[in-house]
Amino acid sequence: MYAQMIKSEATQEDTEKLAAFQARIDAGQKIEPKDWMPEGYRKTLIRQIGQHAHSEIVGQLPEGNWITRAPSLERKANLLAKVQDEAGHGLYLYCAAETLGVSRDELTEMLLDGRMKYSSIFNYPTLTWADMGAVGWLVDGAAIMNQVPLQRTSYGPYARAMVRICKEESFHQRQGYHLLMHMMKGTKEQRRMCQDAMNRMWYPALMMFGPSDKDSVHSEQSMRWKIKMNTNDELRQKFVDETVPQAKYLGLEIPDENLRWNDERGHYDFSEPDWSEFFDVIKGNGPCNVDRIAARQKAWDDGAWVREAMLAHADKKAARRAAGELKNVA
Amino acid sequence: MSREWPLWEVFIRGQHGMSHRHVGSLHAPDSERAIKNARDVYTRRNEGVSIWVVEAKHIAASSPSEKGPMFEPSRDKVYRHPTFYDIPDEVGKM
Ligand SMILES: [Fe+2]
Ligand SMILES: [Fe+2]
Ligand SMILES: [Fe+2]
Repeated sequence: MYAQMIKSEATQEDTEKLAAFQARIDAGQKIEPKDWMPEGYRKTLIRQIGQHAHSEIVGQLPEGNWITRAPSLERKANLLAKVQDEAGHGLYLYCAAETLGVSRDELTEMLLDGRMKYSSIFNYPTLTWADMGAVGWLVDGAAIMNQVPLQRTSYGPYARAMVRICKEESFHQRQGYHLLMHMMKGTKEQRRMCQDAMNRMWYPALMMFGPSDKDSVHSEQSMRWKIKMNTNDELRQKFVDETVPQAKYLGLEIPDENLRWNDERGHYDFSEPDWSEFFDVIKGNGPCNVDRIAARQKAWDDGAWVREAMLAHADKKAARRAAGELKNVA
Repeated sequence: MSREWPLWEVFIRGQHGMSHRHVGSLHAPDSERAIKNARDVYTRRNEGVSIWVVEAKHIAASSPSEKGPMFEPSRDKVYRHPTFYDIPDEVGKM
């Protein structure tokens, strides 16, 4: 998902404390920043929330790419609002991570030097305007699958950030679908562009849920701690089941010849994505990994003087206020 | 050289005359900027008519380890609630 392959830290602590902590989680209580928590819980959460935050921020890049080229003022306003929301999502999540004792600058530095990751999906390019539809519909759609249950996660600040995010997410998916509905009513060439976007985006979207359960070693501890609510395969299946009729309505074909309804299971059967591609993208070899980090690095470097100048201005004002030259607080 | 912008806690009053409610936090160099950032981060959909910001370091909080002694005394005082007192129906609305 936005947080893929999060390693759970082993915990060696007082067994009594651990048992009491687990009992609180089992009873559905929220863990708050100042409460005692196992070191492993804290570290795993920093990694997971941080990766989620980075994904929201880096996720602005593939869509930001099309803002100036939107085909109408209305679509431009829609896309701009969506991308601005993603910046907000990143900020809510960074704040949640900070309550665990890591600073914002540290998180940014860990993203830039590769110690922390972001979702594999944002390492794919957005080549045509139809991709703006496919991203909203499929990528935000897949994100929603994962984020809705996370509203019930055990860590209070994370759960509250997810509640805010989920409220805003549904518009993202719908504006993407709406865009595709319109394009599919257009020319043959426009329909071809939509199908092409679908073909490129389908498997990367399935990869967002992370490796198959049989290969994901770390989920058990995270599920016990309620920082992971469903298995990767459960969520992937749910996503496929919901997406198939939506694609059908649009008149788009899902690029999978094994896709068919399985009466016995009550679910669609489908092909797994190419996991070697997934691991390769995670390692840094996707089509856009280098560009994405370069763009973030440039923003960080170019913004440095602004951050410093605003602090200097604030310091100067505070000094004048202390000297009685300025009265009001604001 | 790099010093982080301080952390601010953000409180927003919604449309309906309710109290300001804590909605989250953000970083900003000073209170003016904090209010402007809060507008952009927390009221993009008309969620508020008033914003308070307070620097996080100025908030004092009760300690979670003292939750028991702190809040338990009010638990068993059921007589503080109106339903504790049975009043006959014939008295009418009260
Ligand atoms: Fe988001
Ligand atoms: Fe997103
Ligand atoms: Fe989104």
